[in-house]
Amino acid sequence: MSQATPAPEQPAGSTAPAPRRDDGIEARAQGALREMLTSSWLVTVCALVLAMVISGVLIAAADADVQDAAAYFFARPADFFSAAWDAVWGAYVALFQGAIIDPTASTFTRAVRPLTETMTTSVPLILAGLGLGIGFRAGMFNIGAQGQIILGAIFAGYIGFAFDLPPVLHLLLAVIGAAVGGGLWAGIAGFLKARTGANEVIVTIMLNNIAIYLVGYLLSTKAFQREGSNNPISPPVGGNAEYPLLLGSGFRLHLGFLLAIAAAVFVWWLMSRSTLGFQFRAVGSNPSAARTAGINVNRVYLLVMMIAGSLAGLAGSAQILGTEKVLTDGVAASFGFDAITVALLGRSKPLGTFFAGLLFGALRAGGFAMQARTGTPIDIVLVVQSLVVLFIAAPPLVRAVFRLPSAGGRGAAPELSAPVVKEAAA
Amino acid sequence: MSAVAAPASRPGSFAGAKPLAPISYKAPIGYAAVAALATLLFGILPESGRRTTFSVSTRDDFFQIESFTVPSKATALLLCLAALALSAWTFQAARTRRKVGIWLPAVYAVLLIFALLTWAVAGKDQALPLTSLLQGSLFLAVPLVFGALAGLLSERSGIINIAIEGQLLAGAFLAAVVATITQSAYLGLIAAPIAGALVSALLVAFAIRYVVDQIIVGVVLNVLVVGITSYLFSTVLADNAATLNSPPRLPRIDIPVLSQIPVVGPVLFKQTALVYLMYVVVIVLQVMVFKSRWGLRLRAVGEHPKAADTVGIKVNRTRVWNTILGGAVAGLGGAFFTVANGLAFGKEMTGGKGYIALAAMILGRWSPKGALAAALLFGFADNLQVVLGIIGTPIPSQIMLMTPYVVTIFAVAGLVGRVRAPAAEGVAYVK
Repeated sequence: MSQATPAPEQPAGSTAPAPRRDDGIEARAQGALREMLTSSWLVTVCALVLAMVISGVLIAAADADVQDAAAYFFARPADFFSAAWDAVWGAYVALFQGAIIDPTASTFTRAVRPLTETMTTSVPLILAGLGLGIGFRAGMFNIGAQGQIILGAIFAGYIGFAFDLPPVLHLLLAVIGAAVGGGLWAGIAGFLKARTGANEVIVTIMLNNIAIYLVGYLLSTKAFQREGSNNPISPPVGGNAEYPLLLGSGFRLHLGFLLAIAAAVFVWWLMSRSTLGFQFRAVGSNPSAARTAGINVNRVYLLVMMIAGSLAGLAGSAQILGTEKVLTDGVAASFGFDAITVALLGRSKPLGTFFAGLLFGALRAGGFAMQARTGTPIDIVLVVQSLVVLFIAAPPLVRAVFRLPSAGGRGAAPELSAPVVKEAAA
Repeated sequence: MSAVAAPASRPGSFAGAKPLAPISYKAPIGYAAVAALATLLFGILPESGRRTTFSVSTRDDFFQIESFTVPSKATALLLCLAALALSAWTFQAARTRRKVGIWLPAVYAVLLIFALLTWAVAGKDQALPLTSLLQGSLFLAVPLVFGALAGLLSERSGIINIAIEGQLLAGAFLAAVVATITQSAYLGLIAAPIAGALVSALLVAFAIRYVVDQIIVGVVLNVLVVGITSYLFSTVLADNAATLNSPPRLPRIDIPVLSQIPVVGPVLFKQTALVYLMYVVVIVLQVMVFKSRWGLRLRAVGEHPKAADTVGIKVNRTRVWNTILGGAVAGLGGAFFTVANGLAFGKEMTGGKGYIALAAMILGRWSPKGALAAALLFGFADNLQVVLGIIGTPIPSQIMLMTPYVVTIFAVAGLVGRVRAPAAEGVAYVK
């Protein structure tokens, strides 16, 4: 299987040049309008709207009141539409109140708690998404964030509960352990790709499954299982190894959020300012050309995977040292897979990934509130997420739906497009 | 399969022959290392004096075979030594550049598996039921076989199908709902392929019409199908479980005469219609993919689309229809989870089987019979863990469950022979 060949430094989507004639303000305004309509962020917004509309149809279809009203649709269609509107609006309002701010709450603390929950939930998504983004830009499709998060959590968790160390040192060691664990696990895939050309998609999928059974096995051993418990659960991590809370005990928001911001800055510096990042991007654009230019491509494969894995491992530390505090076989939830959609939505760029992580964190945090208040299952969030990414990947579809002017190309967004057979290909 | 040497690979056979590739001892070393490890674990380290009992016959057979008991340590040692001898033979074959047939890894695997079984149930009172072990393995391999064939159909045409998981899940969902509404398991079996084909249709729509990276579409479609089916499960199905989600079970059909042959009969011919359908699909595809005009075109499009286009084959049309056909096959496999077991649909009930099917396809080197063999191996590992769990064994179940994935990693890393994907896989074709 060949990988995506992302075109790293193209301004996404805006290939149509704005007209730059000095015919007066009107022409320039038209040019600006045209640029706005063909820009990629507008596609992103439209894709989000489209995804929420389609999910809205699903919400309405599953609503009992709507089904009742549909039974006499031709007699009183207005009933049907108002019932559908109530169902969808109610669900999305609950989602918003659960994700951003809840104006109906009794105290200020409760009103802003949803926002902090969104930030807390987004930490593993951002960290793992940043790692995957590096891989995508280096032309490696790493599906293994799930396994790397688990390995990070195993390492951090073990250091957290097996030792008793002074405050700062304990946390530091546990966090480093998480990065090492995730990095080594991903490193297997990088090593095999470099040495034998083994396809990283398959290897990382397999490593995900192995990691799930590995944590299950470890939790049945004496070293990991909580004393006196028959369940696969570890002892809680020591207080010194936990991430300190940022806003006091009323909120779950922890230091991991600042770590995620720092990681985003680091990834920006790595990919845009360092020689190593340049090599990563060069290999992603064209491995053969990179090799000819003297870049050690195999070393790049290994390093990309190890750095990506370390970031996913840090995501695991956010789970075990920040929110969960104990190791279970569900410690990674589905963050590893969600992070793939985060990286894709963020177009593999650090800033984009950061905001995409916040958005999907909000959907997740709000989804729980929505489920509790309106009974709409949180699974609908998965539908929204996957639809957003599908639409982002196919801008012509979104433009056609919203009647936006075309941006020139007829294919996918450059970062997400498939390699194409070229006329001059040897 | 014969182990005939290709004439061109004999050194100095004729002038102007291509220079020979360097001899690789990777595979022989791999074989030898595993066999040596097995010899140590099963043949040398265990304490002697224990015995292992295997039972073979079932009640309805023409004639009964007595269950037999063997001394554990000596038997395991003998089997492992035979495996070691085979490894030695691969060294010799590699040195003389002879190709080894598919029989070698097969015999090697059987030897080691029997050594493992002999060791695992050593000293237990209960006999290891060989026949039901194989019967269950075949049953558990069903979704893997269908999934692997689905992957094969689309990947041979050049479309990477990561969405097998989603196709299985969609098939399982629709099969359960249709079978419950109509109260007929067979109608569920007919509905399942439609769901799988729909997922495939989405895959090709984005991969070909909008030239989106195929791996990305596949991964995202898996999430989408999980989202939609879980959502409908928690809303519509949960409220009306009796009327929408309690499918009847597909009945077992015993084929007359054949089903009474000892061992073979119960394993192969006391199964459901879905399993018989699987035999048909594997045989038909094995013949059609390699011997028919359709198969030739399919492979041409996946290997060199430009050449195929030049001779007038519609590249993208071929890809669309074969991928959709593949989706239908995977959807059929999805019916395994619900109607074949008589189980209600549950959230994410395919549990990663689609990814194992993908692995089976790769391990089977993109051929139907290879996919069947690999899927059977995975099904066996799956079922062995269940059977040994009942008898009680020294191996943790997680380690058993991990094995297929580890084997796959070794396979793609080239230790179990070379695997090569269709050349144009994942590459969009735009005129």
